[in-house]
Amino acid sequence: MKIVAICGAGVGTSAILKLNAERALERLDIEADVAASDVASLAQSAADAQVILTSPELVKAIGTTNADVVVIDNYFDLDEIAAKLEVAVG
Amino acid sequence: MQLPPLPAKAVTIGARADDWREAVERAGEALERSGATFPEYTKRMADVIDEFGAYVVIAPGLALVHARPGPDVITDGLAVVTLAEPVHFGHPHNDPVSVVVGLAVAHPDAHVTSVAELANIFNDEAAIPALAAAESVEAVQRIMGAEAVQR
Repeated sequence: MKIVAICGAGVGTSAILKLNAERALERLDIEADVAASDVASLAQSAADAQVILTSPELVKAIGTTNADVVVIDNYFDLDEIAAKLEVAVG
Repeated sequence: MQLPPLPAKAVTIGARADDWREAVERAGEALERSGATFPEYTKRMADVIDEFGAYVVIAPGLALVHARPGPDVITDGLAVVTLAEPVHFGHPHNDPVSVVVGLAVAHPDAHVTSVAELANIFNDEAAIPALAAAESVEAVQRIMGAEAVQR
């Protein structure tokens, strides 16, 4: 399982999402690799990803993809992240 | 890597901002005041939002404003600005914003890991309301954690 967290400028809000996604996955007892990337390098970084995690503001920029796009409103809410990841990978 | 220090000069309590652009300027001014950045960086932080939208509003009431590393970053810097009146950034769920955290780092590799450190502060859901209500610079520094405080 590969999951990619995406941010706009490629400088780090995706890092928060990556860290908290890893914590949520641990809680769900799901094994997955989580990477942090940005919109500009998405085609490369998410080519083999099953799930893309991002902000509601960036969904348009992501465009067409085979991965499930999971939109996270509150990057610090592990309950929200875990619930949405459970639906996406379950 | 740890978060950059949060010197008293980089904290503004109850700043006035009429819109998101002014809120970003207040955060940029705090970074400039602490010696972390030049004014050009402040402009680039607004450019990121012009280009990608309000994704920097990563939790209810909190904007994490930043831009890529560049020649306008003197040294790694962290700033916290609380707004007298919350402003809308245009995020569908997390508006309005009352706490603006400004971040600058000099090297791209450091940026990603230091930003993740913020999760250790803000995963406590009480942190954002506590910052918004803080009445002193010291209170803000305390909430942001001992490791982020420069005495």
